[in-house]
Amino acid sequence: MEWIMAIAVGALFMIGVYLILSRSMLRVILGTSLLTHGVHLLLLTMAGLKRGAAPILGSGGDSYADPLPQALILTSIVINFGITALYFVLAYRAYQTRGTDEIDGMDASGKEAES
Amino acid sequence: MNNLLVLPVLLPMAVAVFLMFFRKRVALQRIVSLIGSIANVAVAIAIVLRVRSEGILTLQLGGWEPPYGIPFVADMFAALLVLAASITGLGVLLYSFASISREREEHHYYTFFHFLLVGVYGSFMTGDIFNLFVFFEVMLISSYALITLGGSKKQMREAPKYLLINILSSTLFVAGVAYLYASAGTLNMAHLSLRIAEAGQGGVLNVIGLLFLIVFALKAGLFLFFWLPNAYGAPPFAVRALFGGLLTKVGLYAIVRTFTLIFPNDPSFTNNWIAGMAAATMILGGIGAVAYRDIPRILNYNVLIGVGFVAFGLSTGTRDGMDGVVFYMLHDILSKGLMFVLGGMLIAAAGSDRLDRMGGLIRSRPGLGWMFFILALALTGIPPLSGFAGKVLIVRGGLEEGMLTLSLIALASSLLTLYSLIKIFREAFWGTEPETLDSVDEEDAEIVESLGANSREDGPSVVLRKKQTVLANSAAVLLLLFVIGIGVAANSVHGFASQAGETLANPGLYIEAVLKE
Repeated sequence: MEWIMAIAVGALFMIGVYLILSRSMLRVILGTSLLTHGVHLLLLTMAGLKRGAAPILGSGGDSYADPLPQALILTSIVINFGITALYFVLAYRAYQTRGTDEIDGMDASGKEAES
Repeated sequence: MNNLLVLPVLLPMAVAVFLMFFRKRVALQRIVSLIGSIANVAVAIAIVLRVRSEGILTLQLGGWEPPYGIPFVADMFAALLVLAASITGLGVLLYSFASISREREEHHYYTFFHFLLVGVYGSFMTGDIFNLFVFFEVMLISSYALITLGGSKKQMREAPKYLLINILSSTLFVAGVAYLYASAGTLNMAHLSLRIAEAGQGGVLNVIGLLFLIVFALKAGLFLFFWLPNAYGAPPFAVRALFGGLLTKVGLYAIVRTFTLIFPNDPSFTNNWIAGMAAATMILGGIGAVAYRDIPRILNYNVLIGVGFVAFGLSTGTRDGMDGVVFYMLHDILSKGLMFVLGGMLIAAAGSDRLDRMGGLIRSRPGLGWMFFILALALTGIPPLSGFAGKVLIVRGGLEEGMLTLSLIALASSLLTLYSLIKIFREAFWGTEPETLDSVDEEDAEIVESLGANSREDGPSVVLRKKQTVLANSAAVLLLLFVIGIGVAANSVHGFASQAGETLANPGLYIEAVLKE
């Protein structure tokens, strides 16, 4: 099971990095979002994939699932949800103010891009 | 139980939430902010004094037994940094009253200001590495808001890049936590330290250590600082003072904490990396500070020199070096805050941020000129000002370890600091006033607007209201008093700093305090 997760994490990282390296702000934001998904999967996998009952005393079952990584991922998802929303709004504002979707906004001669 | 420890986080959070509901009532916002900040200084002093008499204080949040719950830990290092940060926060708040435009004030400036402080204090106090991530995010999200607030063209150009670099480093932070949890099975810093010492730090654990070094170096501007000079040039000066004084120092604090507590067992490997990055930061920061002729960039590169200096102190790994790190960070938080406050006042007085367009200000603003001069000496490390003792301790630590080249680089970077700041002093305050220019160019107009002042019709100089000048001056004087005070009272401050250095040098003390129950 772990190797499937490893490939999934690797693929998400690969696509995320590729998107971040592009100039369009929209693609960059999607890239950061994919990267974070990759990290969440990594967190889940690194903590050990196992079947088990909910970690409540007396609920039966011999093995318990580790609740900590799930709590961490939940926290991280919430934070990244907020940041991605903020980033989209900021990108839109930047587009309105500067008239370009490019993250650097420079043309080849190094001047601020027009239109 | 020491419920006192949660107050530095709770107080600004309560203030921030309260202020959300009174967006339009600027006067009320200012008063509540001021009271909150003063209360924070008082709480920080109380914590420092209790740590002084009782040793390391811990608070297990929610009453969970260690190592399962999230502890708040105040050793002397954290307590002193909270104190320095709260004083700088108070100074910057006063300067915000003077320099932040009313429009920004009405759009939750003070709310985000206090949320940023929540993140800063929380990062200093927490004893759990994932909780550190959360407080980092609290701080960063507030900084995203502060860097964008106002929506000028320059801010819109820099803010997306600033967000991107911080999101990337936060992503790597979570990845680092995942690897650490997989290899050590805990997230409590004291417990991590024990487990890693048992397992023997090497191979995988060293790699994880370096991953954390990259993450924190990106935030602190240690070597990976390519984003910093531009990003810190975008927001108003009061916000830059917060960023330069506090944000980079939180990254540095995380590096110091991580490599003295969690990964201290293979110093020949980790310290070499930190030393190399410190040297590169000091050299490149020094070159940048000397090379540019506009004030924001000179100041931003000076922030980097300070970061490199602290990292050098850490990489010596000696007791003197640790005392020096604590001492120098206190100095750096206060004096970098002051540096941006004075820089903002200087630019408001001149109406431009380029040295070519300034001159002769000593006639109209002698007080500002001499304060800037004293600050330049303090940052260079001239006794009896605050930079001196920290630099002596750090360089002595370096020489003890035989790190001759690095000590020389560190001293040379102090000279470059002096040169770059005296260049500002000479050209802005001496010399003749520049001829009045016919028109305000676009960039200057933006600066003037961002300082919240009214530009005169006939030239680029700025007319500040009398009340604003008084507030700005009081902010600068408050911070300057502390910069001088730390230097003059260096002997008694050293008592505190060496108590902090002792914990850094012997992680056992920290571990025992957290896990004793």
